Amino acid sequence: MRPENDTELETQIAEWRSYMLRRRAVASADVDELEDHLRERVADLTETGLRPDEAFLIAVKRMGRMDELSREFAREHSDRLWKQLVLTDEDAPAEAERRRGLLVMVVCAALGVLAVKLPALFGFGFDDSAEFYGRNMGLLILAPLTVYFAWRRRVSRNTVLALAGLFALGALGANVYPVADDSQSIVLSAIHLPLALWLVVGVAYAEGDWRSGQRRMDFIRFSGEWFIYLVLIGLGGGVLTGITIGTFSAIGIDAETFISEWLIPCGGAAAVVVAAWLVEAKQSVIENMAPVLTRVFTPLFAVTLVAVLVAIAVTTNAIDVERDMLILFDLLLVVVLALVLYSISARDPGAPPGVFDWMQLALVVSALLIDVLVLIAILGRITEFGFTPNKSAALGENLILFVNLAWTAWLYWGIVKGRKRFALLERWQTDYVPVYAAWAWIVVLAFPPLFAFA
Amino acid sequence: MHIAKDLVAASATPLVLGILAEEESYGYAILKEISERSGGRLEWTEGLLYPLLHRLERLGHVEAHWRTPDGGRRRKYYAITPSGLKELAEQRKQWDAVSEALQDIWKATRSIVPAPGPVLEG
Repeated sequence: MRPENDTELETQIAEWRSYMLRRRAVASADVDELEDHLRERVADLTETGLRPDEAFLIAVKRMGRMDELSREFAREHSDRLWKQLVLTDEDAPAEAERRRGLLVMVVCAALGVLAVKLPALFGFGFDDSAEFYGRNMGLLILAPLTVYFAWRRRVSRNTVLALAGLFALGALGANVYPVADDSQSIVLSAIHLPLALWLVVGVAYAEGDWRSGQRRMDFIRFSGEWFIYLVLIGLGGGVLTGITIGTFSAIGIDAETFISEWLIPCGGAAAVVVAAWLVEAKQSVIENMAPVLTRVFTPLFAVTLVAVLVAIAVTTNAIDVERDMLILFDLLLVVVLALVLYSISARDPGAPPGVFDWMQLALVVSALLIDVLVLIAILGRITEFGFTPNKSAALGENLILFVNLAWTAWLYWGIVKGRKRFALLERWQTDYVPVYAAWAWIVVLAFPPLFAFA
Repeated sequence: MHIAKDLVAASATPLVLGILAEEESYGYAILKEISERSGGRLEWTEGLLYPLLHRLERLGHVEAHWRTPDGGRRRKYYAITPSGLKELAEQRKQWDAVSEALQDIWKATRSIVPAPGPVLEG
């Protein structure tokens, strides 16, 4: 056999291997086995006088089409089509890294539990200090998560200092203002501080490289998956809680204090870290869920919103502006934005615009139209009754989301018309993230003094 | 001559177990052996052979191990287990029953004669 043919054959076999390895039902050991088979046949065929490349072609042909071959394998190994989160790896360095991740996760989850339970030592029991926990919950549960990412990513000293500084700022903003327990400001701070701190978690997630658009998009992906995992863990926790209460009451013991003082706060705090760890551990194993849900719900939301618009147009009923309307429409915009974001996060930027993009455009435009109607109604109320912290915060959020979605709609129009590249939209969304952070911090830090601690 | 798919599938297990009962072997050699034994009339695909071997392994009828000869590539060898031998004996009983019945019927129905031979006289 001539050497050049030999290397050519090796390249061909390597190529064949890589194609074969892409088949999920065919494990790499099976590919080894099949490769051995292929080489034997090539050797036999070359003995009969064929050139190696001819022999290779015939041998591959004889093996049958890859689809059919892998279908046969799938029939025997159907379990392989279900990707499993395997926590052991034959690969030693990867295994060491995974063990380290597991250790960091356990330590940080324990930190979370400690952070939530430590105030009890100073007289802040979970059940009877709702006000204290309302102010500080975000700090207590997100600090361990930040530690988790800072530790896993081995962030630089400057980043650690910046993260610590931001958390200290959050602690000050939540606790130094003399606001009453039942004031609007304290509720606003309880909602906005976790949001602001979540983006601080993002800084740790991005190893301090928060300016990078790609890192921001990764954090958006992470956030969606994290939320889904947290909800799933919460569902499991609910079942555990119910069974605990039931079985203990069956033997005449009241477990309610244990549940509310220990199981729920500690479980919740630990779940925040565990969910983050799960997202990272399964990242490359399991399909991301958030984009899948987005695919399911985008058409449904689009149809609903268009139906609302048609109903308004037909009946000419004005939107009844209730007190909580603004919040409801903020939520609507958040949902629409999330649907846009998570479909962007999973979209191939090079793919041509399709039906789904039209649907997204319809969704965004109808949400915007409804929001305009609401804003007009609400501005009337505000000019009549003046600003309160709640109304200002809700209005500010509405405007921020409105600007984002309006520009998104404009970009989307260009994209479905084929005039703009999809990457522009992705860029716009990641560039916009600091606006949310700035607004959340403004509400936490500047609103209480602005509104005289109302 | 083409052998029907169902027949190929049904005879696959006893053929593989029978070959492995003689001595342990590996995929390509088993395939060649089957082709030779059947005079080239049984042409198996890899998509039939390897999943079958893996199934027999899962059922415990064969044992597999990788062996690397000096300076060679590693190769997966299959050997029959006691449970495989039992299965083979069982399959053999069934096939004997089927083939006996068929022989009987071939003798009785003279009109069906293997082509291309001349029609035999009764």
